[in-house]
Amino acid sequence: MSKILVKEKSIVTPGEVLAEGMDYLPGQHTYRQGEKILSEVLGFVTLSGRAIKANPLSGPYRPKVRDKIIGKVVDITFSGWRVNTNTAYLAMLNIKDASTRFVRKGEDLSKILAIGDFVVVKLTNVTSQNLIDLTMKEPGLRKIAGGRIIKINHQKVPRVIGREGSMITLIKNKTGCEITVGQNGLVWIKGTPEEELVTEQAIKLIEEKAHEGGLTEKIDVFLTKNSKYKPQTPTPTKTFTKTPTKTFAQTQNTTQTKTEN
Amino acid sequence: MIENKQTISELASKNKRLDGRGLEEYRQPITIETDISRTAEGSVRVQIGQTVVLAGVKLSIEKPYNDTPDQGGIMINAELTPMSSPEYERGPPGIKAIELSRVIDRGIREAKAIDMKKLCLEPGEKAWFVIIDIITINDDGNLFDAGGLAALAALKCAKFPEYDPETGVVDYKIKTKESLPLLKEPLPITVYKINNALLVDPTSQEEKAYDARLTIASDTNGTISAIQKGGNTPLSIAEISNIADLALKKAKFLREYLDKVIK
Amino acid sequence: MVYKTRNDGRKIDELRPMEAKAGVIPNADGSAYFKIGKTTAFAAVYGPRELHPRFLQNPKTGILRCSYSMMPFSGSGERIRPGHSRRAQEIALVMTASLNPVVDLTAFPNSVVDIFIELPQTDAGTRCAAISAAAIALADAGIPMKDMISSVAIGQVDGTVVADLDYSEESYPAIVSDIPIAMLHNSKEISLLQMDGEISKEDLIKAMEMAKVAIEQVYKVQVQALKEKYQKVKQ
Repeated sequence: MSKILVKEKSIVTPGEVLAEGMDYLPGQHTYRQGEKILSEVLGFVTLSGRAIKANPLSGPYRPKVRDKIIGKVVDITFSGWRVNTNTAYLAMLNIKDASTRFVRKGEDLSKILAIGDFVVVKLTNVTSQNLIDLTMKEPGLRKIAGGRIIKINHQKVPRVIGREGSMITLIKNKTGCEITVGQNGLVWIKGTPEEELVTEQAIKLIEEKAHEGGLTEKIDVFLTKNSKYKPQTPTPTKTFTKTPTKTFAQTQNTTQTKTEN
Repeated sequence: MIENKQTISELASKNKRLDGRGLEEYRQPITIETDISRTAEGSVRVQIGQTVVLAGVKLSIEKPYNDTPDQGGIMINAELTPMSSPEYERGPPGIKAIELSRVIDRGIREAKAIDMKKLCLEPGEKAWFVIIDIITINDDGNLFDAGGLAALAALKCAKFPEYDPETGVVDYKIKTKESLPLLKEPLPITVYKINNALLVDPTSQEEKAYDARLTIASDTNGTISAIQKGGNTPLSIAEISNIADLALKKAKFLREYLDKVIK
Repeated sequence: MVYKTRNDGRKIDELRPMEAKAGVIPNADGSAYFKIGKTTAFAAVYGPRELHPRFLQNPKTGILRCSYSMMPFSGSGERIRPGHSRRAQEIALVMTASLNPVVDLTAFPNSVVDIFIELPQTDAGTRCAAISAAAIALADAGIPMKDMISSVAIGQVDGTVVADLDYSEESYPAIVSDIPIAMLHNSKEISLLQMDGEISKEDLIKAMEMAKVAIEQVYKVQVQALKEKYQKVKQ
């Protein structure tokens, strides 16, 4: 007889037996040992059909093609820049992938990107050895300046962004800050110093309470209480979430703020 | 890898900080917990914000130095453990650890905080030597203040182990009720200058953005026992005067926490 | 069989009181505090991160690297000189070997996962406490692990096999054997085994059987520490 030994959403530790019997299938971050399915991470359990899956609560970011990340330029080479990706692996940003304009041979590359600069980039290639190629030639990808960068647990990035970008749009509308969330856990915030701080605190709150229900409401309450920002015109929708359908959520939130004022 | 140097510097010129604190405001919590290691003669855990350090006092009987045959001795060592920050590596103490231990050492030594003559058991032969080890658990900046506070707190709560003058044997398992002969209680405070603003209790990010810093160790009367200037920017006499005022004020502030925990 | 009542009155298979907490060092990617009796250990995990020097890199997998250090004031006698003694290096080596069987770093070639152990206070059983702390910290850091590793010392004091020796037992004036053991939770396979003293083969097997039961108690404390950290978050 097959049976599941843990409840949906419960927290499991490495080596914990999640299910017994051949009727269930080991999903991500689990493995089969004889009749048993065991977890190989500290995570929470989700079931979909017959597959049982462990979702890590922490852990290293694994570079993936098409991910948008925030990185830091750490070196300049003949052909481009080496970028720290907040992982064990440096990435390569080639000259041709960094700028649309023609770069002359022998031109001082530090005029385009200097060591220490932070960039929003996209992963275009990741080899089995985690050699990473980057591009900066898509809308929204660029060098960032000013504001502040914070680091969060990358496993919480989807919560910070929210369903169809709802969470991030809420924060943007309530604080007037520009926010870019990198899949590698680095977040860039730019606005007034006071609102940047409120935004940082809100994001840390999401990170801390990522598994709670009614998170959007809690963050809304937190922002209403702490933010002094009064939106005059609808804020620009330069978001870097994976899904572009945020206009609806944003209009909704703007109206909400207005009625509160 | 995250430094936010430029923003920290810009904010400082407007009397603002990244975490919203005032320039002269310490982080919370500030906690001092004693007796965290019973193998030490005195030990404490000090936390300021997210910075956590431990300090332990060990006492041993050694031969006094030739030039001070009637006195004991003191040594202070700081370990910036690779456990406490991704920036520290294994191996012998780097220059940062050496400076930290030297500055705290001088503050205590030059204030003549310990009555060295009372540490002497047999002139020229035997005297107590006091060794304080400061170990970082999590470095989020301001190790000078946290380390200095921990060293003083550990000294204050240390008790001599049982010593048999007949056999000359120290029994470290038994602690007597006798405290160290403390004459003064020097406490170092470090003031940082960032973009012409003076601030205290920097986070590790703020420590990367400073132009100059000045550590001032002072006792309960406000007498200064050691100074250390760091950073590549010079300071004017007027600035140093302001820094001294601020350091003395903040020494008083931190001392209140110490006095609450150790009488 | 002279040693019948233990110095601190424990039953022969009884461990000293334990305490554990996950996530105690904010700068680290994973961390833990583990206490058994008067032996306390901090563990911090950093990584996977870039490994230098390059010749140590393994293109097939990330590697695990342990570092063990007793704080200068943590010994029961005089101050211990800081720095990596030969003893500390050997312990780091056997720690790494004891954790390697469960850790899977194949997704992170050429990288290193560093584990740093610092002990503020010791009363025997330090390498076991270090391993138990390290396993919590690794799980807290989200490192893929097939199983948990728990560790405890079993010993023989004057003919009696006992669990979790303290310093007074290690220095008991008779024949004493000290056997630090680490085990995988599910298979009960042994990943750390050392022995110092004098013991018969029969008693060695008996000690390992005792370890099987004793280690379950350590495991429970480790799991509870991990679940507590995140359950608190959940509420």
